[in-house]
Amino acid sequence: MKELWSIFNKGLILENPIFVLALSLCPALAVTSSVIVSLTMGLTVMFVITANNTVVSIVRNLVNPKVRVPVYIVSIATIVTVAQLVLQAYLPDLYKALGIYLALVVVFAIILARAEVFASKNGVIRSFFDGLGMGTGFLIAMLIIGAIREIIGSGTFLGIQVMPASYNAPLMLVLPAGAFILIGYLVAGCKMLVQHIEKSKA
Amino acid sequence: MAVNEESLKMNLLTVSPSPHITSSESIPKIMWSVNAALVPAVIFAAWYFGMPAIITMLVGVVSAVATEYLVQIIRKKEVTIKDGSAVLTGLLLAMCLPPNLPWYMTAFGSFLAIAVAKQSLGGLGYNIFNPAHIGRAALMVSWPVAMTTWTKMTTPVDVVSSATPLNILKQQGYAKLIETFGDAPNMYKAMFLGMRNGSIGETSAVLLILGGLFLIYKGYIKWEVPVVMIGTVGILTWVFGPSGLFTGDAVFHMLAGGLIIGAFFMATDMVTIPITRKGQIIFALGAGLLTVLIRLKGGYPEGVCYSILLMNCVTPLIDRFVTPKKFGARR
Repeated sequence: MKELWSIFNKGLILENPIFVLALSLCPALAVTSSVIVSLTMGLTVMFVITANNTVVSIVRNLVNPKVRVPVYIVSIATIVTVAQLVLQAYLPDLYKALGIYLALVVVFAIILARAEVFASKNGVIRSFFDGLGMGTGFLIAMLIIGAIREIIGSGTFLGIQVMPASYNAPLMLVLPAGAFILIGYLVAGCKMLVQHIEKSKA
Repeated sequence: MAVNEESLKMNLLTVSPSPHITSSESIPKIMWSVNAALVPAVIFAAWYFGMPAIITMLVGVVSAVATEYLVQIIRKKEVTIKDGSAVLTGLLLAMCLPPNLPWYMTAFGSFLAIAVAKQSLGGLGYNIFNPAHIGRAALMVSWPVAMTTWTKMTTPVDVVSSATPLNILKQQGYAKLIETFGDAPNMYKAMFLGMRNGSIGETSAVLLILGGLFLIYKGYIKWEVPVVMIGTVGILTWVFGPSGLFTGDAVFHMLAGGLIIGAFFMATDMVTIPITRKGQIIFALGAGLLTVLIRLKGGYPEGVCYSILLMNCVTPLIDRFVTPKKFGARR
């Protein structure tokens, strides 16, 4: 149990997909201009990465290592298609807002990386928790970026006005350039946090 | 000239192979000289644009110095606000802004210039991009409307909104531009003296050139940089004129917009341009070329800021390309 918790735990801060591993920066720049879009993207990726880790872990001993990457891709693509169809059916507005990035989840580096690095070498339950942890870390990172960009860049949070009406928002935070600078500082902040955690452990 | 953090600490003993050349130059001396070179243009701007320009310049300088102080306190570094570099960044940024910009926008630009473009990259001497221009570019993306609203005070109470010469050229054409000023010689005179609309510090060509000449005389900047940059703009705008080859108004383009201040004060920033003379000439040539490209073909009326920032990107490449021959080495 304790081991599962540590597998889950490492995705949150110590090996956070965006802030520490720096994988999947593309969605972190492109689909974080508002909290609701970040949330949808985060949940989708969390679902895909967890399901894919489980599938890859189940088939890991059946697949010839030479063709493992195509097999991973087929598995990811299937799961993404499921997520895409569900979103299209139940949340058409968010489906439109995510646009091409939803289909691009197939090629997000973090999903393939977890399949290759973890799920292909570990049992089903461990892989499931690894996916869940990484997915949660991704979701948290997306939410932090999305919240800061929406509050400063548009003066709203989840569409509700939080800044005074006279607030003249800098457009830069809405544009990918501002997201890039912001992520840089969040990475630095996360690095400080990681160092602090490692120091207190030692 | 070796400008690095070590030379700040004057009492540091440096041991290096002979021969030794001693110099009385230091970062504070150079930075305050550049500030001094800007004073005539600052005074002119304060007289011509009035109170709004004074406020914008004050806010720019104060917030730049305050940001530098705070960042250095937080990072537990030596506080170097007295060396004049933060003052210079704030002042240069304010001089690139429209006079009536709301104060919080100026402060935001100064903050970004110092905190993001300078201190985050390691402080003075380590920044890749010209901090003042980063501040301006960030303001340009953040509040595009406010950054292109040019108001001019005719009397202390009257404010009229009007376009800059480059805006008129871009939107209404050359004929309208001449009409605004009366005739061409009148226009050149107004542009040279600075009796025209524009950013706070970019209007008076003659005072900026005077400041630049002072810096060249002191040896802080090389004369090739402004000459090549302004010359490139002049030749190219003359060649690629509006009605066929060799019909452009080179004098207008050389005097318009932020070219003079950019060529003398931004494209000569010791930190962000190549080290060698040859490299600096390549830098100035590229900056002039990009300026013309943006002015004549791009969406923005003015391109000095972006062209210098783009050339800042390739500075390390230029430096590598024009490595000077080692003393005594054979090719």
